[in-house]
Amino acid sequence: MSSNDVTHHAPDDHAHHDHDEHGPAPGLMRWVTTTNHKDIGTLYLWFSLIMFFIGGAMALVIRAELFQPGIQIVDPMFFNSMTTLHAIVMIFGVVMPAFVGLANWMIPMMIGAPDMALPRLNNWSFWIMPFAFLIMLSTLFMDSGGPAGGWTLYPPLVLQMGDSFAFVIFAIHFMGISSVMGSINIVATIFNMRPPGMTFMKMPMFVWTWLITAYLLIATIPVFAGAVTMLLTDRYFGTSFFSAAGGGDPVMFQHIFWFFGHPEVYILILPAFGIVSSIIPTFARKELFGYDSMVYATASIAFLSFIVWAHHMFTTGMPLAGELFFMFSTMMISVPTGVKVFNWVATMWRGAMTFETPMLFAIGFVIMFTVGGLSGLMLAITPADIQYHDTYFVVAHFHYVLVPGAIYSLMAATYYWLPKWTGNMYDEKLGKMHFWISTIFVNVLFFPMHFVGLAGMPRRIPDYSLQFADWNMIATIGAFGFGFSQLMFVYIIVKCVRGGEKATGEVWEGARGLEWTVPSPAPYHTFETAPVIEPSTVTR
Amino acid sequence: MTSNVSRWALLSLMLLLVPLGAWADWGALNMPQGVTEISNEVYTLHMRIFYICCAIGAAVFGVMIYSMFVHRKSKGVKPATFHESTTVEIVWTVVPLIILIVMAIPAARVLIKMEDFSDSEMSIKVTGYQWRWHYEYMDSGVSFFSQLEPTHNQARQMGSDIDLQSTFVPEAGNYQGEGEIYLKEVDNELVVPVGKKIRFLHTAADVIHSWWVPDLAVKKDAIPGFINENWALIEEPGIYRGKCAELCGRDHGFMPVVVRAVSQEEYDSWIAEKQSAMASVTEQSERQWAHQELVSVGEKVYQANCMSCHQAEGQGIPGMFPAIAGSEVATGSIDLHVDTVMNGIEGSMMSKFSDVLSDADIAAVITYQRNAFGNSTGDTLQPAHIKSLRDGLDISAPASVAALPDMNTTTGVN
Repeated sequence: MSSNDVTHHAPDDHAHHDHDEHGPAPGLMRWVTTTNHKDIGTLYLWFSLIMFFIGGAMALVIRAELFQPGIQIVDPMFFNSMTTLHAIVMIFGVVMPAFVGLANWMIPMMIGAPDMALPRLNNWSFWIMPFAFLIMLSTLFMDSGGPAGGWTLYPPLVLQMGDSFAFVIFAIHFMGISSVMGSINIVATIFNMRPPGMTFMKMPMFVWTWLITAYLLIATIPVFAGAVTMLLTDRYFGTSFFSAAGGGDPVMFQHIFWFFGHPEVYILILPAFGIVSSIIPTFARKELFGYDSMVYATASIAFLSFIVWAHHMFTTGMPLAGELFFMFSTMMISVPTGVKVFNWVATMWRGAMTFETPMLFAIGFVIMFTVGGLSGLMLAITPADIQYHDTYFVVAHFHYVLVPGAIYSLMAATYYWLPKWTGNMYDEKLGKMHFWISTIFVNVLFFPMHFVGLAGMPRRIPDYSLQFADWNMIATIGAFGFGFSQLMFVYIIVKCVRGGEKATGEVWEGARGLEWTVPSPAPYHTFETAPVIEPSTVTR
Repeated sequence: MTSNVSRWALLSLMLLLVPLGAWADWGALNMPQGVTEISNEVYTLHMRIFYICCAIGAAVFGVMIYSMFVHRKSKGVKPATFHESTTVEIVWTVVPLIILIVMAIPAARVLIKMEDFSDSEMSIKVTGYQWRWHYEYMDSGVSFFSQLEPTHNQARQMGSDIDLQSTFVPEAGNYQGEGEIYLKEVDNELVVPVGKKIRFLHTAADVIHSWWVPDLAVKKDAIPGFINENWALIEEPGIYRGKCAELCGRDHGFMPVVVRAVSQEEYDSWIAEKQSAMASVTEQSERQWAHQELVSVGEKVYQANCMSCHQAEGQGIPGMFPAIAGSEVATGSIDLHVDTVMNGIEGSMMSKFSDVLSDADIAAVITYQRNAFGNSTGDTLQPAHIKSLRDGLDISAPASVAALPDMNTTTGVN
């Protein structure tokens, strides 16, 4: 009887909610208790912006020490902590949370869903993050110092760390739990919350790339968790997983780590592909070229990312057969990646382009990501990789794909959707200045690293031979220029949040997709009633 | 207004390239061609893939830039409506695939050659330590440690007043070329003959290191508990400098590799000299030393092995590296002091110096530490004591690092 009552009352409750102007809870507790996908998206985005400056400050410590040969500013041990934490903060604290923030904001609005599938889990997966990073960064203030063995945490070196090691492992576990929960939520949302008519092949590329990314995360983060747990037991509980003296193998850690680490690289770039695939068609006023092949290329990259991990380990003394296999599989990745770049260029071809800030950042992404991709192809050639490995050439390569790559896609996304989020247009002139200043400095910063790397400068060193002095000085100038010009980004965002020219619902002339059919700013709840999606409805 | 921003920025981006282009010797910006057949083949592969990448980049960016200038709304164009073409998709999947195959074949060929360790004529075991290399000539029994040369070690300390320019650049103002040696010089060079296929066996005593000499195109990880193989056949006599390439802790940036390739005759006489020098190490640990002699040798050993962590005045770095000045270890029981230096402290960065230092060096550095930095125990520790401890533990002493100054000077010249 009682169950009858429930089913009877439920629709009434629902109807009641629809009529109610159900806004956010008042006060600061709104942000603590929120289960709203837009609020949580906002939290993620602000969090990653703050972490961007923390990780950036660490990069500036590194570059300041490298401004001149000799050791002037920090002890080599602290220098190593900076390189280690810079990477951990930028990867786990900036790029990943920012993509999750965008997924939270945009995926429900892009597929026409009222919210994420698991809103309470969503709240939890965000709120774990700040505490994980507090723990991680607090190690810097402990007696034994922050982690200094590189973000790759290779044993036995990492096991020499003092007892702050346990805090690092604990923090990594929490970051992992947060990522896995976020990913489960995204998969559940995409599978279950699509309204009738929103077929898989009608989903925007950003949704597709995130669906695939979420699977990569669910598959690899537990592997990473396992690897760091083995480190923990080696350190404290007398096991010898990675110690030859006890029958273990330090290289086994590298295999496990990179089985996580290489898909992780694609976790950091696939959502960026999705963002750029949304922005370029908008400003070229032309549909994305080769949507189907984009989907297949993304899936191929994800698959290949699981069978290339040992290309990070060509100098560890793998058997020849292993080296050949990983060389060929790595080279293969350039095929689907090339397809993506060609498709973007074909989308631009014979469009009617305008160059607002999001488009500038998206084009900057395509060009500079391709530069990083091409140096990646060079790195795939194993005999040459033996010379490139662990030099600044590698540093140049992954910074090209991550800074003017992943970070630029995040900036493009911010400018692109900021009017939708705030209801105000950002300052276009300042946005363009931000793009150009960043682009000049980012190249001054990272391009010379190719040269010093080829000429023989190893990575992760606090001091270097005099032959590298000129280019390091230039790179440092670029670093400070790039770092401080990001204050413009904050200023533009704050200015836009506080006011500005009112944005229309559509915002951009060539915008396509469901998120542009709701008003700007997007109401607290969108698509409470499922939108009607006909085969002819434009959703991407 | 906004397009002015773009125009101004594009112009300055281009202006930026002008001084960079005129900057310096472009040869110093590329991978060295090296002095072995393999290194030359690696260089050829590197240049080939580089040119392919340049061509791909030029094509893709050329089309993009053309499109950006021509297909813009301000020119009044109407956007086309095409959005797929199976033919085009197949073409730009297959063409890159063909380029890759063309590239993969020579790469695989070189790789197979690099991994062919057969028919080597001599073997050298290279062991990585934090932060020095140990070389052992398997055929002649010669073995020694090799670490950053003392002047460089002084110059790289924080607050050092050694001017890098005038000390390490023979012709000041000329950064490039052979002259510049900052952080590239060691106390004991690895001397090898030209024209012989040398097999290197890599391992490590503590953490993972990586032995890299760009001119030989060899880089292989030194992994504790495992032995990796590598080989080189050097064609030209000369000095070839390299670095540790794998992060190995605090002084990772300060463990250079110097290989001196010489003719067979020179090599043979060098080996003979080394062998007789090693014999005298045993005598050194048996004879009675004067207190002052131990202190002065100990100071050198301290500067080369202890100073970078425990600091010049023995004050350490609070929280990270304990002080020696006034410490319990250096002023209390001498047995604890000997044990700490010889066996290290497990799970910390304090390494096991019985592996690294000779009996005389250990006795000297302990004597020095107990009588320096305000420590005034007045203790004198004889090398013979260390020798008897070592004999009891059945571990043999390594060759001296500092106690035999003549050995350092004969091999440290440039």
